Parts: sequence; structure tokens; C-alpha cells
Amino acid sequence: MPDAPQDIRYVAKNMRLDLRLIAEMIPRGAKLLDIGCGDGALIEHLTREKQADARGIEIDMAEVTKAVSAGLAVIHGDADNDLAFYPDGGFDFVVLSRTLQAVEKPREVLRQMLRIGRHAIVSFPNFGHWQLRWRLLTRGRMPDTDTWNRPWYETPNIHPCTILDFMALCEMEGYRVEKWLAVDERGLKAPWRRSVRMANLFGEQALFQLSRTG
Amino acid sequence: MSQAIAPFPEVDHQHAVFADGMPLDCGAVLVPMTVAYRTYGTLNAAKTNAVLVCHALTGDQYLAEPSPVTGKPGWWESIVGPGKPLDTDRYFMVCVNVLGGCMGSTGPRSEMTDAQGRGLGRPWGTDFPQVTIRDMVRAQKRLMDQLGIGRWLAVIGGSMGGMQVLEWAATYPDHVLAAAPIACAAHHSAQNIAFHEVGRQAIHGDPDWAGGRYWEDGRIPARGLAVARMVAHITYLSEQALTRKFGRRLRGANALTFLEDVFEVESYLRHQGSTFVRRFDANSYLTITRAMDFFDLAAEHEGDLAAAFRGTATRFFLASFSSDWLFPTSESRATVRALNAAGASVSFVEIASDKGHDAFLLEEPDFHAALGGFLRGAAEKAGI
Repeated sequence: MPDAPQDIRYVAKNMRLDLRLIAEMIPRGAKLLDIGCGDGALIEHLTREKQADARGIEIDMAEVTKAVSAGLAVIHGDADNDLAFYPDGGFDFVVLSRTLQAVEKPREVLRQMLRIGRHAIVSFPNFGHWQLRWRLLTRGRMPDTDTWNRPWYETPNIHPCTILDFMALCEMEGYRVEKWLAVDERGLKAPWRRSVRMANLFGEQALFQLSRTG
Repeated sequence: MSQAIAPFPEVDHQHAVFADGMPLDCGAVLVPMTVAYRTYGTLNAAKTNAVLVCHALTGDQYLAEPSPVTGKPGWWESIVGPGKPLDTDRYFMVCVNVLGGCMGSTGPRSEMTDAQGRGLGRPWGTDFPQVTIRDMVRAQKRLMDQLGIGRWLAVIGGSMGGMQVLEWAATYPDHVLAAAPIACAAHHSAQNIAFHEVGRQAIHGDPDWAGGRYWEDGRIPARGLAVARMVAHITYLSEQALTRKFGRRLRGANALTFLEDVFEVESYLRHQGSTFVRRFDANSYLTITRAMDFFDLAAEHEGDLAAAFRGTATRFFLASFSSDWLFPTSESRATVRALNAAGASVSFVEIASDKGHDAFLLEEPDFHAALGGFLRGAAEKAGI
């Protein structure tokens, strides 16, 4: 993994690659909320390695129980219903990893994230990836890949979007894109920083850091 | 019926006496005030490993040892002890009989005193001043000061114990590092008050209650108190639990005869009622149920529950149980949301269980793992 940044080597091996990339973006001592935090891998890492005040929300009760049993501040809840109860500007960072496509109201969730946090970090699987386009074109069926592996009638991913779609939404809502990157199938940072269209074709996962303008 | 039942066994409970007494929310002053308690484990030299456990309505301070009154195991022995989630090898556990109780702390069965603390030679009975959940907490705080403990590592409790935990965190935030209110709510709902009122009316309607002066001739309103317990006991269980345990089975018969048939669930409830009256004082029951009914933490803060916790550094753990309809998950979630609004650090799980409200006292491995993990996390933070 020659092009992986140096400072993520200590990260627990079982932590998802997109979480490793997010962990890199969080400064030491930050206060953050991880929405859809799973078993709390990112929270635990940031608490231990970066002395962060890290909290989480998770919808899957088994994952919540695991996280709480590990002493983490995780609550059972979901992005659509629970964010409204947090105060304005309560967090430095609000993280939503691989969850945006599964929430009921993605636009409202983003608004809430940027209300309660100074920065929002959002990662999502890119529906513009060439494999999805190719399969839809050649087979005429909904894509079936490693990332999009559930049939249309039972997928929790009810709001898929492409990198271009997401950028358009940010522009419409007036969010500043502070950082963004696309990650290829192996989770390595893709070298298409200068071409959004290339990233939209070859990036399997997208990662954005946003803030409010004005 | 009542004449046949022996009066309560007189037990000398471990206690502390506060000769100067304590003023109550209602304006009365209890002089002196006795606080009965038990401890388990060893307080470390820095006094940083103390954990307060608050008991529920009919619980007591005998957390992890047999009750001297009933001989039954401590009510939370399943999780309190060496190597258990509430590990007495690591933590110094304290459990206090609530003010208004009947297990050694000052309550309706204690000798009535005047404003100077002089004994009047009769029990308080119905003249016992109405105490609140906050009064119970203040009494525990007096004991805490006497034990030389500056801050609880954690305050933990279920049901009415959970109400005390919330009150602790709101009233003495600097004295509570971690708070675990379990299967409870920030106020008692209309439905819960209604069930309590049925129980109280059953006691009042028993001729042996004698206007609350049943102690004068050694009677107890056993029938009324037993009915109160039976009603309450139904609210502690779930429909699924009752079906699983009893279904429609009959005691001593395979089919209905329309004669003397007794369903197993009836017989079970009668047993619960009749054992309860041997260990609990009716006037205590009236006093404590009323204290629960009065509890409304938001009302103590101009109707804003979040205001009760604003700026708190206390870490919270809430747990509810999916089949608990007495203190349903929605109540815990409302408290979680208020804590989030206050910026507090919160953990919250709803445990899948068919055991109803009582689940917090029973074998629930996920709950025990979560509570134990939360406490370990708090201990780590405190450097223990």
C-alpha cells in the first residue's frame, strides 16, 4: 500500500478503509458525532488515538449494544429522527459514513448535520461508477456488485447518488466543499482529483468535507 | 385475615443518624433523620470507586445479600458481586433504603418526632410528611458526605431507582461522574399514576387500614395491600411473559370444571400479594407511590427537561426494555433527546426482552454487558 498516508498505519486493521480516511481528517481533541457509527470503531479509534470527544448514533440495536458494552457514548437512533434534538453548533465535526444513501430525507439530514456541526464529513458509494453504468447498459437490470449487493426490492439504499449529483446538491444548498476525494475498489485514494468526471466514473466511494458558507 | 399475620420482624438495620434532621420539599423538617444502608466491596484510599445503587419502589438496601426480613437473595445479586458487571472487587457499592421506606430509614413506621426531635411514643403513620424523590436523593447525599465520598463514580438504578439517578444528576451534577437511569422516565405518566391510585384505594378501602392508624392495635391492612401489590405486579410483567409463564393453565386440573377452578396466574398473583404484606408497610407504600407520582424533573426546571442537565459533565447510560409498558422505550428516548439537547454524553440501548418492566432485575445478558461496559468506561476515565 505505497500511496497510503503514513499516519494511518496504527489504525486497527479491522477498521473500514473509508473510516481510516475519515479518521485522518479529524484533528486531535475534536468533538464529533458519528451518525450510523456501527459498532463504534471510528469513535473508539478517535477517542483513544486523538483524545476526541466522540459520540455516535446507530440504528442497528446489536451494534449499539456492542458499542455501549465497549464503554462508548453511542445511542440507538437514526439520522432522520434524532438529529433535530441536538443544539446548534454542538460539534466540530458530524460524520455520516456510507449512510446518506439509506436515509429517508438526505437533504434534511445534511442540513441538520451542518446545523449541529461546524463541518460535515460525508462518505457514500458512488452510483456513477463505470461498473454500475456498464451493467445497467448491457444487462438492463439493476446493478449487482460488491457494494450494491441487495436486490432493488429489499435494499436499504433508497437514495443512491453519483459524485456529480452530490456536488450539485451542495451547490444548490450553498455548502462549501472543503475537501473531497474518490476511492477506488481497493480503498486507495483515486488519482482523479482534478477531474470530477473521471472520479465519478472510476471512484467507488466518495468522501466529502463540507461547511456552511456565510 | 389480618389478625393472623404476624407483625413485621424487628431488624436492626445498619444506619446513620443525622441528629440535626433534614428539611423536606414540603416544608417539614425531619428531626432526627435515620438513613439505613448497606455497602459491598472496599472504598479505595482516594475514595474514587464508590457507586451508589438506588432501589425501586418496593426494593431495599439489601442489594447483594439475603434480606434479613425475608431471607431471600439480594435483589440485584445476579449482577453485583466479585467479578460480576457491578464488580465488588473493583467498586465500593452503596445502597440506601429510601426516605419514607420501611427497612430502617425514617418513614411512616418510625417513631414520630416533634420539631425538636423528641419522640412522641407512636409511629408517624399517615402523619409522616410527604417526601419527594429529591428528598430521597438529599438524604443519600447526607450519607455520602458522612462517608467522606466527594463524587460517585456512578449512580445506578432502575424504575424509581432510575428517577433518583436522574434527580442526582440534575441536583448534584458535580458529585456524579456517571449516571445510569434504567427503565424509567423523567416524570410519572398519567397511566402510571392511575395504577398507583388503584393500589392506594385498595389499601384505603380495607377496614383494617383504620384510617391509617392500623398500628394502634397491631393490625395491618393485608387485604388492601395485597391487592395493591397484585395490580402493581401486573404492570411489572408483559402480556408475553404472563402467557409464557402461565398461559391459561389451571392449578390442579386439566380442564375447566366451572366449580373451584383457579388459573395459575391468579394463584401466582395471590402469592405475590400475600408475601408482600409480610415485608412492606402500607403507609410506606402510600408515601412512596405518591413520591413517584409527584416526580416531574422538567417541572423542576420550568418545563424544560434539557435545562435540568445543561452543561453537565456527567456521562449517561440509559436502557429500556422492549416489552416494558410501565416505563416504555419512548420515555427513555425522550430523556435521551433532552440529554442530547443539553450536550451531555449519552449511551442508550433498548434491550429486546419479553419480560416487561421487571426485565431490569432479571437475567438479561445484553443489558448486563452494556451496563458493565459503561461502568468500566467511566472507571477508565476516572483512572481507576
